[in-house]
Amino acid sequence: MMATKDIIDMLAGIEPGSALDAIRARRLQARENAQKSYLALFEPIDASDFSLAERAAVAAFVTGLHGESPVAAFYREKLAANADAAALGEAIRLEIERGKTSGPYGAFPAGPLSIENKAGLIYRVSAERKPALGTRLVAALEHAHLLVFRPRDAASTDVKALLDAGWSTTGIVTLSQLVAFLSFQVRVVSGLRTLAATNA
Amino acid sequence: MSATVNPPVVFTQDELGWVSWIDPLPETALTERHFAGLVDRARAKSEYFRLLVRDPEVLEARTKTDKDIFYNTADGLPRAERELAAAATSRYNGCIYCASVHARFASIYSRRREDVQRLLDEGVGADLGERWNAVVKASVALAATPIAFGPDNIAELRRAGLDDAEIVDVINGASFFNWANRLMLSLGEPSK
Repeated sequence: MMATKDIIDMLAGIEPGSALDAIRARRLQARENAQKSYLALFEPIDASDFSLAERAAVAAFVTGLHGESPVAAFYREKLAANADAAALGEAIRLEIERGKTSGPYGAFPAGPLSIENKAGLIYRVSAERKPALGTRLVAALEHAHLLVFRPRDAASTDVKALLDAGWSTTGIVTLSQLVAFLSFQVRVVSGLRTLAATNA
Repeated sequence: MSATVNPPVVFTQDELGWVSWIDPLPETALTERHFAGLVDRARAKSEYFRLLVRDPEVLEARTKTDKDIFYNTADGLPRAERELAAAATSRYNGCIYCASVHARFASIYSRRREDVQRLLDEGVGADLGERWNAVVKASVALAATPIAFGPDNIAELRRAGLDDAEIVDVINGASFFNWANRLMLSLGEPSK
């Protein structure tokens, strides 16, 4: 299972024997399990609740929303390479452009924190792209955008919308993990790249 | 789906509950594959983990990532400051549940409960002294989308006395809570 090259090392440009390689080796279990998380999400033993094509499309969308980076390019290529999803590439690219904004924003529970509420884009997939994406992916992209930019706005009605669009409860758990994991992975890569650059 | 909860409306170091919006697996349905995913069998009592264990392979890998980033203190950043990075990230993203747990841990390990409380009360701009300010600011910059973390954050962490291994612990701890916050915020809600 660990034969695949470490994705974080690859995306962050960490070479074997480098200073950052040695530092990452001190958190070996974290490093190996970040990799296992990637494999569990993108090479799962059971994709029946969330297809590989859907995973690739959501991943390209989520990482693209974070701005151009080696991570975004990696998942864009993964989507392009997925036979079932190749035709989705252009639709996802256009939706990333429509969905780009700055976060986190959103509302706190009504009370003293309400003064910190910050309004922002409530993203919905464009009507013209809905037929190409299909009901399940439309709901997944709208949910992913919510999690990327305004997670504190999430409500029970949002998971209800996924159930209504045909997502199973298990599929919702994996979708949530995928979006949340990518939020982690893109930041670790960005942080490590920044640190490496200051030492170059 | 659960009906009534009593949600907290402020950030707190108190112990909170958490209620799922969708169905966790019942304890009686758990197989050995699920227990492997839970890592600690005692987690079968938790609604949150019985929900996440619907995808056991992802949960197992996530849990082991979490444990090493936060609990492997053989070297690197002191535990208190890893917890501070988690609490600051959660405060900024708005996860009242995660912030409560990790603010409490930050207080326990640092014995600076009032400073931690100021982070919760005043937000991520609270002045907590040079070293903690640098950790909070770096965590917040990483949590922003697009990511705002840059060479200035690294320079500030170094000025505050952190070496590169400690900076990697800040990066890992803060990044991990962008994972955790999004699960806790989107699959259910905290209760008092």
